[in-house]
Amino acid sequence: MAELKVNGQTVSVDAEENTPLLWVLREHLGLTGAKYGCGIAQCGTCTIHIDGQPVRSCTYPVGALSGEEEITTIEGLSEDGSHPVQQAWVELDIPQCGYCQPGMIMAVAGLLNNTPDPTDEDIDAQVTNICRCGTLARVRKGIHLAKTKKA
Amino acid sequence: MADTIKLSRRNFIIGTGAAGLTIGILASCSNNSEDGTEADQAANAEPNPEVNAWVHIAPDDTVTIRIARSEMGQGTLTGLAQLVADELDCDWDKVTTEYPTPGENLARDRVWRDFSTGGSRGIRGSVEYVREGGAVARAMLIQAAANQWEVPVSECSVEKGVITHGPSGNTLRYGEVAEAASALTPPTGVQVKDPSEWKIIGQPVKRLDTADKVTGAQKYGADLQMDGMLNAAIKQAPKRGGTLASFDADAVMSMPGVRKVVQVDDTAVAVVADRWWQAKTALDALPVEWTDGEGADYSSAAFETELENALTADDASVANMSGEVDAAFANAAQTVEATYRVPHQNHACMEPMNATAIWTEDKCEVWCPTQNGEAALGAASEAAGLPIEQCDVYKLLLGGGFGRRGMSDYVSQVVKIAKEMPGTPIKLLWTREEDMQHGFYHPTTRARCEGALDADGNLTAIKIRIAGQSILAGLMPQALQNGMDPFAFQGLLPSGLDERVEDQTLKYTFPALKFDHAMRNPPVRPGFWRGVNANQNAVYLECFMDELAHAAGKDPLEFRLAYMGDAPELAAVLRAAAEGSGWGNDDGKSRGLCAFYSFGAYTAACAEVTVDDAGQLKIHRIVAATDPGYAVNPQQVDAQVAGSFVYGLSAALFEEITFENGEVQERNFDTYNSMRLRDMPEVETIVMPSGGFWGGVGEPTIAVAAPAVLNAIYAATGKRIRNLPIKDQSLRDA
Repeated sequence: MAELKVNGQTVSVDAEENTPLLWVLREHLGLTGAKYGCGIAQCGTCTIHIDGQPVRSCTYPVGALSGEEEITTIEGLSEDGSHPVQQAWVELDIPQCGYCQPGMIMAVAGLLNNTPDPTDEDIDAQVTNICRCGTLARVRKGIHLAKTKKA
Repeated sequence: MADTIKLSRRNFIIGTGAAGLTIGILASCSNNSEDGTEADQAANAEPNPEVNAWVHIAPDDTVTIRIARSEMGQGTLTGLAQLVADELDCDWDKVTTEYPTPGENLARDRVWRDFSTGGSRGIRGSVEYVREGGAVARAMLIQAAANQWEVPVSECSVEKGVITHGPSGNTLRYGEVAEAASALTPPTGVQVKDPSEWKIIGQPVKRLDTADKVTGAQKYGADLQMDGMLNAAIKQAPKRGGTLASFDADAVMSMPGVRKVVQVDDTAVAVVADRWWQAKTALDALPVEWTDGEGADYSSAAFETELENALTADDASVANMSGEVDAAFANAAQTVEATYRVPHQNHACMEPMNATAIWTEDKCEVWCPTQNGEAALGAASEAAGLPIEQCDVYKLLLGGGFGRRGMSDYVSQVVKIAKEMPGTPIKLLWTREEDMQHGFYHPTTRARCEGALDADGNLTAIKIRIAGQSILAGLMPQALQNGMDPFAFQGLLPSGLDERVEDQTLKYTFPALKFDHAMRNPPVRPGFWRGVNANQNAVYLECFMDELAHAAGKDPLEFRLAYMGDAPELAAVLRAAAEGSGWGNDDGKSRGLCAFYSFGAYTAACAEVTVDDAGQLKIHRIVAATDPGYAVNPQQVDAQVAGSFVYGLSAALFEEITFENGEVQERNFDTYNSMRLRDMPEVETIVMPSGGFWGGVGEPTIAVAAPAVLNAIYAATGKRIRNLPIKDQSLRDA
């Protein structure tokens, strides 16, 4: 039985230690915002935050957590969808199928935590998520819009 | 009374009310033993019936528009709602949407017609009858108000869902007359609006399905949870044609959470466990033996040799031939020849294949993302061993489709697994590795292109021999015509050959031409992959046109325009893309053009690239023009056009599925890469609907992505890349 801090709440989960955090979030805690896309930390659709840093949860074993870390999922990014990145995403109508977008939004929110005024080069280096529908052109515009917004 | 049956409570609100989704699923789970008659009676007893099949209006004026086609990101859900809402003259801010089920469609004599969502037909294939549905509902609502006022309909008008009686100034809201309207006989002969009268069609309104997609609240098939649900992971024969020989279930039954190991069919085994991660972990540990079948020795390298030979083989079907081809080549001042190749590609939808099912002896229900609800229903019925009337499919928003989810293999699988555990909800989710290895792949093809030029550099004849797999031969052989696959010639067909492919014809007018296809079918199941055969045919035609222009010493823009005299729409999009990009500018960037007609739409692109001394490609910007006839939602057309460069250029840059000894070699995104932000050019779209026809939007632009970039690379380097993907090739000669 492990204790985790997820979206501000302390929760207990009974999972094998090598279970990836993604599947603990999805199957033990019912937080299905973070998605399974590849299982090898390539596509980024499982991106969540650990202490504000973007992490690909599909390869992060739950046993590697101490219980002290603040884990944030898309469900906990804001109470009402008002995070600057979410505002920008709605304003520019960015999602298409939307499956990759929770991970994309968490990756971008993580970028802005580290680099509040990112250049295109910062964006290229730090947001490496895959979107097959093809929202990437609007995603870049959305990042530049989000950095001008307040929560 | 069939026309007034209220949709069952299992319908999912897929607009802004995600909470309704979960509740709907849970309600149907707990009620899965209820019989259909009771459900119908309950539905009929509801006080607020639909106006007609397309429109339901609640007393609070909420307008629910039924959408038969599937939403997979392409925006059709919003576009179809716009079509109905415009004819209905309702308040767009009060519109939400709902999927009827395929079972309800069958029970109501297919009142919603075609559920299949492919071929860029979502809008253009339903535009007549969904607008008529909205117009009929409008007429019924006005009639109901006129009846209540006891005045002639001609004295009534409507705006944003409020009906006004002109002489008295009385008003009634749609929500106040919807119930009375539903009891009226639908009028016939109702006219839809002239485009000049449109108020919602043509407007860049926001999508109806965005809110939940930015909060994580949107539930996809992979996210479904039901009381008592178990999870399944599946492994299919890795080699083409392989079958399941044996597996040792005892070896994994004691692993955490494992409930059952199931032989799904001749080719697959699944582990069912409490949680999916447990099922997957046990499946990885399961000892499995496979038996080789036909295809076990299939390799891409050998097949490429077969295709090379087919480029000059005698057995080919001619789809398009005109003029004196042989004489033109005999009299040519110059001939040009080039061979191109495009590989197998996988759809690689972000959401891996999945479906959820409950099977009992008298009922089978399936929840799944599908592009073809009725085909999924048929597959469920067959796998369940139950009459189709005792089955239904509840569609969910798709995490990508691109043609892959027009197939129902995963639906059959989950039903077969659920049948082994009656009454228990089973969710099947494929791993990415299964998704890569068991796709319905874009065919691999080659083409030998030959052109004849006269002394003035005019094109006098062109020949294209395509060699490769036929999708129709693999998936629907009954659609072949005397052994020929007309769809293999997408974008190259003569007009008048077959009305089903009249939207895929060649728009250039050449003095003489011959296009033929030598069909070679490997033991690989082919699929319709966004853009389909237009993708490689545009590479063959439009890269070769670029080669011919350079051989003729002519400007590639002017050279193309010279043969577009009969297709002003195609010339217009090409000019728009070229001018938008600054064709001819000397700004250090090299430019490449492409124009193509497919899925009934005219598209063109101008790519701006640089290639540094080390051969590193940078795609700076794409200017893309499209004329789909009408643009129901211009900002969503922009999204599809820009998105086409992600899908199309990901393929051009990176994507290739290869086989060795019958097995797919690429297993995940580490070896089957997809474009990231760092690879993505700026895209400027020019949406220029010229009216008078309805063309597609989701696919046509894919075709122009790769050729524009390949032609720009040539402009930058003088080196032709004729083999895709670009990924490992040197762009500059050493």
